[in-house]
Amino acid sequence: MEDIDTQIQEAPKYDKTDDTIVFGFWIYLMTDCVLFAALFAVYAVLHNNTFGGPSGSQIFSPHYVLIETLALLSSSFTCGIGLISAYNMQKNRVIGWFSVTFLLGVSFVIMEIVEFAHLINVGNSFKRSAFLSSYFTLVGTHGLHVTVGLIGMLILMIRIYTKGLTKSSVRRLTLLSLFWHFLDIIWIFIFTIVYMMGIA
Amino acid sequence: MNILGKLSINALPHDMVTLGGAMMMIVAIIFGIFYVTYTKRWSWLWKEWITTTDHKKIGVMYIFVSIIMGIRGFADVVLLRTQQATSVGASHGIVSANHFQQIFSAHGVIMIFFVAMGFLFGIVNLVLPLQIGSRDVAFPFLNATSFWLFAAGMVLMNASLIIGNFTYAGWLSYPPLSELKYSPGVGVDYWIWSLQIAGLGSLFSGINFLVTIIKLRCKGMALMKMPLFTWSVFGTMSLVILAFPILTVTLALLYLDRTIGTHFFTASGGGNMMMYVNLIWSWGHPEVYILVLPAFGIFSEVVSVFSRKRLFGYRSMVLAIWAIVFLSFIVWLHHFFTMGAGVDVNAFFGMMTMIIAVPTGVKIFNWLFTMFRGRIKFNASMIFFLGFIFLFTLGGVAGVMMAVPAIDYQLHNSLFLVAHFHTMIVSGVLFGDFIGVMYWFPKIFGFKLIDVYGRVAAYLWIIGFVVAFGPLYILGLMGATRRLDHYPAYTGWQPLFIVAGVGVFIIALAVLFQFIQLIVSYRKRNDNIDITGDPWDGRTLEWSTSSPPPFFNFAILPEVSNRDDFWEKKQRGLNSNNKEYTDIEIVKNTPIAMYIGSAACLFGFSAVWHIWWLLILSLIAVIVFIMIRTTDEETEYILTASKVAEIDKKVQWKI
Repeated sequence: MEDIDTQIQEAPKYDKTDDTIVFGFWIYLMTDCVLFAALFAVYAVLHNNTFGGPSGSQIFSPHYVLIETLALLSSSFTCGIGLISAYNMQKNRVIGWFSVTFLLGVSFVIMEIVEFAHLINVGNSFKRSAFLSSYFTLVGTHGLHVTVGLIGMLILMIRIYTKGLTKSSVRRLTLLSLFWHFLDIIWIFIFTIVYMMGIA
Repeated sequence: MNILGKLSINALPHDMVTLGGAMMMIVAIIFGIFYVTYTKRWSWLWKEWITTTDHKKIGVMYIFVSIIMGIRGFADVVLLRTQQATSVGASHGIVSANHFQQIFSAHGVIMIFFVAMGFLFGIVNLVLPLQIGSRDVAFPFLNATSFWLFAAGMVLMNASLIIGNFTYAGWLSYPPLSELKYSPGVGVDYWIWSLQIAGLGSLFSGINFLVTIIKLRCKGMALMKMPLFTWSVFGTMSLVILAFPILTVTLALLYLDRTIGTHFFTASGGGNMMMYVNLIWSWGHPEVYILVLPAFGIFSEVVSVFSRKRLFGYRSMVLAIWAIVFLSFIVWLHHFFTMGAGVDVNAFFGMMTMIIAVPTGVKIFNWLFTMFRGRIKFNASMIFFLGFIFLFTLGGVAGVMMAVPAIDYQLHNSLFLVAHFHTMIVSGVLFGDFIGVMYWFPKIFGFKLIDVYGRVAAYLWIIGFVVAFGPLYILGLMGATRRLDHYPAYTGWQPLFIVAGVGVFIIALAVLFQFIQLIVSYRKRNDNIDITGDPWDGRTLEWSTSSPPPFFNFAILPEVSNRDDFWEKKQRGLNSNNKEYTDIEIVKNTPIAMYIGSAACLFGFSAVWHIWWLLILSLIAVIVFIMIRTTDEETEYILTASKVAEIDKKVQWKI
């Protein structure tokens, strides 16, 4: 956090709460982690309960998911570069890199929606079996988180565009990118446990 | 599609008992509104309470809500005990079976979520920042939001009395009974959403207090110099952040099952209903310790102050807290040994359950050794405390008994179990909360409670408790199961049920004395004013500031070098002469926390009744309120050093 303090000239005089807020956000992420852990546990219990419906290997398409994964992973990379630009007070670069991040995130969400819609259309909806219920809920909860992150990113970009890189928006970018990397890590687990182990 | 979802005129109450309850509640609300209007206190209520971000006021509001809900929970008890004392043989008592089920479900939910949790967060809010020498919690606005989410859950739960009905599937609403097929009404949905919203508030509080303890301790307060109450809150909040997300997930999955037709816990479609029981108890067992750990902290403070001795075995106390935090996550299966998980699994959880009794035992011995050769003051707090030691040990031994899976098969879901957990929660949690309120009351309100009424209440509570729950242990061993609305006369249980009913009457008297204590103390407050800020000859930092403290708690942030630093300084006659005031940043009052709570309440209501347009609207409202708050750059103001000095002088003059 020190480099933020030294590099922003117009730092408000009384603000000492930054690292408390970042720490609080870390704790929040840990609670979110427990939330996903519970959903993973549910998936682990139910993933064989296909109830006559399809199993994972019958419905997952490895290439499709790989593209999804690459989109999300590269968005994490661009998000990281965007944050470095923010610490260097390069406003245009911040907006540029986060726009790329945003587009990658949106394409991830769209791909996921298309995948879900396809599954539902061919009759493999969350109502079909306990396995599909837990699959939709686990992956969908992650998708919901990504969507919330995208909304936050959009609002923050509009703010930075109009008001510049204030101390509070740099702090929020820090939180947003923590959130974004966290979702990436969760996705890696989903990719491994749900898709790879499901196909294998 | 109906614009009001499932809501229709039929949702209004039909039967007499519910109607009576609903009417009483409406009359109370109208009376409240009338009273505030009559005394012209709306603007005071708005400025001082509803929009506040001050942790002390938020704490008071938590406790106020808890007391109100406690009255409702107790009214439920009176109905339950009357029913069980009279509904035998040909007589069928005062309420129908269905209504009886709603009452015991509501009783459990109210007492755990809205009384015990409310008292817990209330007392933690009141005391914790003062005790660690801080001016507020880490995130004051989030703290207010937590409270309003708690209040929203409470409103939703009470709305079920007037519009619709409440769950009759028990306080944890196990599937398959709580699934749509067997509970098609809105009762379970009310249960889900009032807990979901209040639980979210608890989760935010957990994050908030954990960060507060780690980041905002005053200078010199190393971890091993923290007061024991702070340590216990540290442990509690760690449990909250690890356990509450599991509750969130469990409730959400049940709602999905009921609403969009997933198969998590259904009997068909490959669902696994025992997974629900596992999930809910992997939150539920830590929850037990979430409730009891702060009470342990309160006992530790009080027993040391009123025995005028340093707490015995500080290190072992801290260690015991963390042992409990760890072990509380690996005992959940003892709530359902009868699931049939197999010998090995049951044996493991049985052993862990016995082991978790060890740190608790360590704490009991430490408190007793603290009293040993102390100069003990036998006031109401200490009588409650001794009652706790006596009852909690008995209840604990009963618990260790049930930790043996073979015995548990016999006692599972019997009244023996009901008696056991009431012993633990009433003596452990409720007595602790009573002591906490009496002990810190002068700090918050500036005058002491009159002790004699408290002593009478304490004796009546202890006697009433033994009379009310002693028979339940015996009944349990005689084979009476829990949640019985009717039993045949030949069982011979009626006399014992009547005795239990008498016990409830004695407890009612005790509660009456507690209210008398509050009212009389308020009327005679001028005789009991605490001008020193340190009425009990206390040991910890909250007693070093005035009573009530200024809204910024400490004019000059304290510095400590010892455990019980305030006490040490008093003994050595040290007085800090450092009077260098500095500017303080204070979070402004804001109504947004209350707006978020209201929108969340509306969200829950529309989720219960499937009014989807309102659901989306209230969700958008929540997002907009959060956006307004986060884009507001001027949420704080600066109280200048000279202003601080001025307020501090007034306070000092009083002392």
